Amino acid sequence: MQTKLSSDTKEMNHAVEQAKKQREISISEFFTKNRHLLGFDSPLKSLSTTIKEGVDNALDACEESNIPPTIKVEIKQTTPERFKIILEDNGPGIVKEQIPKIFGKLLYGSKFHKLSQSRGQQGIGISAAALYSQLTTGKPIKIISKIGKDKPAYYYELHLDTQRNEPEITKEEVVEWAPYHGTKIEMEMEGKYQKGKRSVSEYMKYTAVANPHSNLTLVEPDGTIIEYPRATKEMPVKAEEIKPHPDGIELGILINMLKMTEARTLQSFLTTEFSRIGAGTAKKICEGANLYTKSRPSRIAKQEADNLLKVMRETKFVAPKTDCLSPIGDELLKKSLKKEFDADYFVTVTRPASVYRGNPFKIEAGLAYGGTIEKDSNAELIRFANKVPLQYQQAACAISKAVTKTNWKQYGLSQSNGNLPVGPVVIVVHMASVWVPFTSESKESIAHYSEIIKEIRLAIQECGRQLGKHIRKQKKEKDAAKKLSYLEKYVPVIGEALQEILGNVDEKKVTANLKDVLERSRK
Amino acid sequence: MNEVIKKITETATRVHEKINKKVKPEIKIPIRALSNVNYDPKVGFFELKGAKKKRELTVNTIKSFAQSLKMMGLSKQVVESNDMATKREAYYVSKNWGDARFNEQTESDSTMDDIEAMFMVNREQLGFIPEEKGGDIAGKLIVIDKDPTTGKEIKIDCTKFGSGAYSIPSLVEQLKFETDAKFILAIETAGMFQRLVKHNYWKTSNCILISMGGVPTRACRRFIRRLADDKKLPVYVFTDGDPYGYMSIYRTLKVGSGNAAHINKYFCVPQAKFLGVTPEDIDEYKLPTHPLKDVDKKKIKDVIKNDPFVKQHKDWEKALQLLQKKGQRVEQQALAAHGLNFVLETYLPEKLKKKDKFLP
Repeated sequence: MQTKLSSDTKEMNHAVEQAKKQREISISEFFTKNRHLLGFDSPLKSLSTTIKEGVDNALDACEESNIPPTIKVEIKQTTPERFKIILEDNGPGIVKEQIPKIFGKLLYGSKFHKLSQSRGQQGIGISAAALYSQLTTGKPIKIISKIGKDKPAYYYELHLDTQRNEPEITKEEVVEWAPYHGTKIEMEMEGKYQKGKRSVSEYMKYTAVANPHSNLTLVEPDGTIIEYPRATKEMPVKAEEIKPHPDGIELGILINMLKMTEARTLQSFLTTEFSRIGAGTAKKICEGANLYTKSRPSRIAKQEADNLLKVMRETKFVAPKTDCLSPIGDELLKKSLKKEFDADYFVTVTRPASVYRGNPFKIEAGLAYGGTIEKDSNAELIRFANKVPLQYQQAACAISKAVTKTNWKQYGLSQSNGNLPVGPVVIVVHMASVWVPFTSESKESIAHYSEIIKEIRLAIQECGRQLGKHIRKQKKEKDAAKKLSYLEKYVPVIGEALQEILGNVDEKKVTANLKDVLERSRK
Repeated sequence: MNEVIKKITETATRVHEKINKKVKPEIKIPIRALSNVNYDPKVGFFELKGAKKKRELTVNTIKSFAQSLKMMGLSKQVVESNDMATKREAYYVSKNWGDARFNEQTESDSTMDDIEAMFMVNREQLGFIPEEKGGDIAGKLIVIDKDPTTGKEIKIDCTKFGSGAYSIPSLVEQLKFETDAKFILAIETAGMFQRLVKHNYWKTSNCILISMGGVPTRACRRFIRRLADDKKLPVYVFTDGDPYGYMSIYRTLKVGSGNAAHINKYFCVPQAKFLGVTPEDIDEYKLPTHPLKDVDKKKIKDVIKNDPFVKQHKDWEKALQLLQKKGQRVEQQALAAHGLNFVLETYLPEKLKKKDKFLP
């Protein structure tokens, strides 16, 4: 405790010294110290995180405005360590006043305060990328955005004022831009580009799988153009915004809600700010917590809020509504798997909604099997949270746990204990929820809630059973074909040998009889 | 009718009848493995216990079933025409069998061994001969053979090959012998054989020298057996001091192998005794050694546990355990460390004075 009073002058001097050192930590210092939490820990990852944040934002914006997204990502190498990233979407565009704040201010966003399924959650992503770009190259982030056919396109060049966490506009002008609406961002940063596992192209491919309505293009630094065409023009079901469910609430949030609410009484606060609390239940809760139903929410003290929460925890509520979820859909998931993987069998499943800690969620799973998928290596596991592919920290994720704990041998694949199955199979698991419980800020793996793991297992098992049926059928057909070819090849040889030894053998009769005997036998 | 042809015809007839009755045919073949042999020192060789595997004709066995029948057909043809086919030739003949052809000679050899075991005959009776060399002979022995073209008897004097040697033929049944030698010395390596021949050791010790060149072939085993039986000669064996020399060479010569137990009766030399190099010789003669290889260590463990021969002879178990404890192996040629002629001037004479110390 640096501020503790003391008569000792020496200690007082010490406190003064300390106070001199204490100052507000600038946003850039915070960023530098916590970059690993935000996905900027290596040049390789920084580049992919930037693209990921940009594409996720574009997809969210398009969905909210009901526009089938068309997104182009272009990466150009400018020096051995530097890359220019150009992201262009056909989204609704951004109103002029918002542009500097969205790209030039950390923790500015619209998604943090509401409960609905969306890709981005904290509003830290794209501005963190802009900050990383500025810290590594000193170059500004360039934005063009247009919100309608007859509206002007605005061009901005921005710096982040890292002391005040405010955008600094270095250039602002109206430009000619052909698209009717959309946004184009350009940043230059230190990075590293790689193909293969955990690459940008892998991210794009996986994103295409989870977003069958999107049309994606990637231009790699070597000029390779990869197209991921859309599988459907149908937009996904829009996720409705919902009020928090009482089962998942925490004290800090409850206190905050009590302060912010427009409700005038405690009873109406409970019924309007939460889902699944009716007037009767609200009254019971108040009584249970020894509070008047007519108390002003803003007057509830911390201790009283604690009591309130205690009673809420003890009360049983109806599970939350699930129209706030937007799954990919088993049919569409199958369609996009078919588009992106050259396999001969596909199976997909969407589970009914379930709840963890008052948060509704839905699990979807899919398998692609056979074809040109690698036969002798571990299965490729693709994890999605709210349609965003998770490419890192696979081992820590609830999805991996559920997949490796599943016994795949019963479905006709080989598997050593506690590992991914081995065989020509791609496993896809998607968790859709208003609040996905990530294990860290970099949003790479899902926390181990038993309700979530159970649902994932059920979804995988459902797919697995179908796959098992398919594999057994395939094996049977293969065996039958082998049997036939064996009979064709070797039965006549036996007739021939008998003729050589005995003479006078009716080879045709021997062949016909033998074929008959063997075809009837099951072995 | 020739016995083999009779057996082949019977088998084919049985198969044919079953097929005509639309019943799955089967052939029965004894299991050829160490696990399926008995060893009784009084009998003197590995005998089949009798377990048979049934090769029922199914989709999975049809290929080997067809190959077995074709091989019988070939055997019948060769025997009827009083001809011979080497194992390699038999393999090449199969190349005309279409999809039933053998891909490797080991496959055709194994099919041949199956038929041998099935009929309890040897492959020479089936008309097949190996192309491997039978072994070399030098010393006081006259082999009486027949001229292949005229059929006239010819006498081959094995003292008259100078620094060379007489080669044991593939077929030894027709041979007769004349000798006044006192014993047969069977030697593992050609190098040691050469040294003894060069110094006419057979003359000084009045014996017959035989070079086995590794694991003795069937012809070599049969030759030694017939010679020893016929002339009542003791047989002493001289190999490297390692598990291969003891178990693969000496044991195979004396009691036969697990793989060919159906014919061990003919191809064994129960009167053989082991002269050296024994594990005790290492210290006694201060011989330079090499450390045991991993395969050697594995083999020692394996034979102590599984080999019926070692189980019957505690002396061998002790010898192998001593070798295991020393962790060393010794070669015949190591005797040269005491001078090139140490082996014939000191080692062999000393050993031959203490025959009671030979291992069984």
